[in-house]
Amino acid sequence: MEIQKNATRDGYGKALLELGKTNANVVALDADLSDSTRSEYFAKQFPERFFSMGIAEQDMVGAAAGLAFSGKIPYASTFAVFSERAYEFTRNIISRNNLNVKIAGSHAGIATGEDGKSAQAIEDIAIYRALPNMIVLQPCDAIEAEKIVFALADYKGPSYMRMHRNAVPIIHNSNYKFEIGKGEILRKGEDAVIFATGTLVHEALKAAEILENEKIKVYVVNMHTIKPLDINLIIDLAKKTNCVITAEDHNVIGGLGGAVAEVLSENYPCIMKRVGLQDKYAESGKPDELYKKYGLDAESIAEEVMKFVSKKK
Amino acid sequence: MAKQDLIIQLKQKAKELRKEIIAMIYNAKSGHPGGSLSAIDMMVGLYYYKLRLEPKNPLWQDRDRFVLSKGHCSPAIYAVLADKGYFPKSELDGYRKINSMLQGHPELSIPGIDFAGGALGQGICFALGIALACKLDKRNCNVYAMIGDGEMQEGAIWESSMAAAFYKLDNLIVVLDKNQVQQTGKIKEIMDIGNAALKWKAFGWNVIDINGHDMPQIVKALDKASKLKNKKPTIIISNTIKGKGVSFMELNHKFHGKAPNDMEYKKAIEDIEKIDVKKFK
Repeated sequence: MEIQKNATRDGYGKALLELGKTNANVVALDADLSDSTRSEYFAKQFPERFFSMGIAEQDMVGAAAGLAFSGKIPYASTFAVFSERAYEFTRNIISRNNLNVKIAGSHAGIATGEDGKSAQAIEDIAIYRALPNMIVLQPCDAIEAEKIVFALADYKGPSYMRMHRNAVPIIHNSNYKFEIGKGEILRKGEDAVIFATGTLVHEALKAAEILENEKIKVYVVNMHTIKPLDINLIIDLAKKTNCVITAEDHNVIGGLGGAVAEVLSENYPCIMKRVGLQDKYAESGKPDELYKKYGLDAESIAEEVMKFVSKKK
Repeated sequence: MAKQDLIIQLKQKAKELRKEIIAMIYNAKSGHPGGSLSAIDMMVGLYYYKLRLEPKNPLWQDRDRFVLSKGHCSPAIYAVLADKGYFPKSELDGYRKINSMLQGHPELSIPGIDFAGGALGQGICFALGIALACKLDKRNCNVYAMIGDGEMQEGAIWESSMAAAFYKLDNLIVVLDKNQVQQTGKIKEIMDIGNAALKWKAFGWNVIDINGHDMPQIVKALDKASKLKNKKPTIIISNTIKGKGVSFMELNHKFHGKAPNDMEYKKAIEDIEKIDVKKFK
């Protein structure tokens, strides 16, 4: 059977358009990347509620804040890495005031591929996570992206939604019940737990298959919400397995790996392994080539788990 | 009220609030007197003459908005808001102190505050967002934002000025408190902003150039700006003197962000009391 694939940004665009039809307060802004972020679907249908801000991320974020202050529900999208340009604006205007702005960063991580280092945001989770009031989410497929867009419309407060460029398998269906802050167990197993987020959820699922052939059974958990983190689930599965691995297309510093490490060190100290960028930038290339070279692919994850499990035994 | 009486009243109010500003900063032993004193005449023009407001209903949706982008001039706006009854005057005693409402820079949690400033270059984009929302909702209100001339050095100002003209926001009025001095010296010596009027004109704005301490000019400029509905945003270049009204603070960058000591406080109050409102400009 052909597996259906789509990019999370496609889900973002589709849901934003749908949301626009039912909620007149929803507005969208973009910084000359609406074709890439898919906010153009909304723009075409609702030109009067779409604001093209030009290549001016600071202005976009500030204007979004002003719109939110006036009762609108702004979704402001650009590449994840360029949203960082406006970081201090986001800090001082949005998160400091707890304003209801939805920042959407697409083309996150090294999966962005050929464009190379300049476009591959590998620190965005870390910096947004450090902002009080800000919540941080990352869908693993297009359906989940849609669910997040809708959930955010009902959530009052600032958020950062991280999305990827490339198509990934769709593992959810439209009946999927999404809840902000609740990790999703996709697979169960007693030997180890892989907490994964974004595209790495799929690599983790493939790694679990590889491991199964080696008689190693692992939990795979989709951590779509990096903040607020599902602390209880993390502690529970750490206790069950005593073997915790995190996987993300992001620097291991400050991302999901860092967040899980913070939770465990305070609640259930145990050795863990963080799969991700090892504090270095990547390069141009195809996403799968990059994942292999930088240790983010299923084989690399499986290898880390095997080493870890054998040590435990 | 006859225009002449109104002008005298406004000037009297500015004189009174100058004393409040100095007292707050002296009491807190911290704060920014220079820019507060340069901006206060325009703020009086705005709050006691122009802005459509309901102090009892600070978030009234059809109010005119005032975004203080140069948030370090918080003493000026706090003095105004307390006097207007947004909160009790006793709150002024807590300025910059722990467990108090009046933070060093304005916060949205303070009644009457429409923008949490403190980081320069961020007020116009916020005002722009409000102006866009007002247009969407067909609200007939104006959004005012006050920036400083040193603040024009921030690149984001130009992102916002371009966008405001692009969106034809004739409900957005920026006041440039052009007081000539920034924290470490004269604007001309730190980073000359050049010809401000030409720059804003080139970005597609209406430009009104006035003496920002001369109340008749302030009132006239505000009337003109609020009625200029020609599909362009408007900037009032308010030519002022940093520290205006206190002899030793005037154009003195050392009083950008420094509180007066006991002696200086006494002298500052004396200077302000000596102001002859009839001649002041």
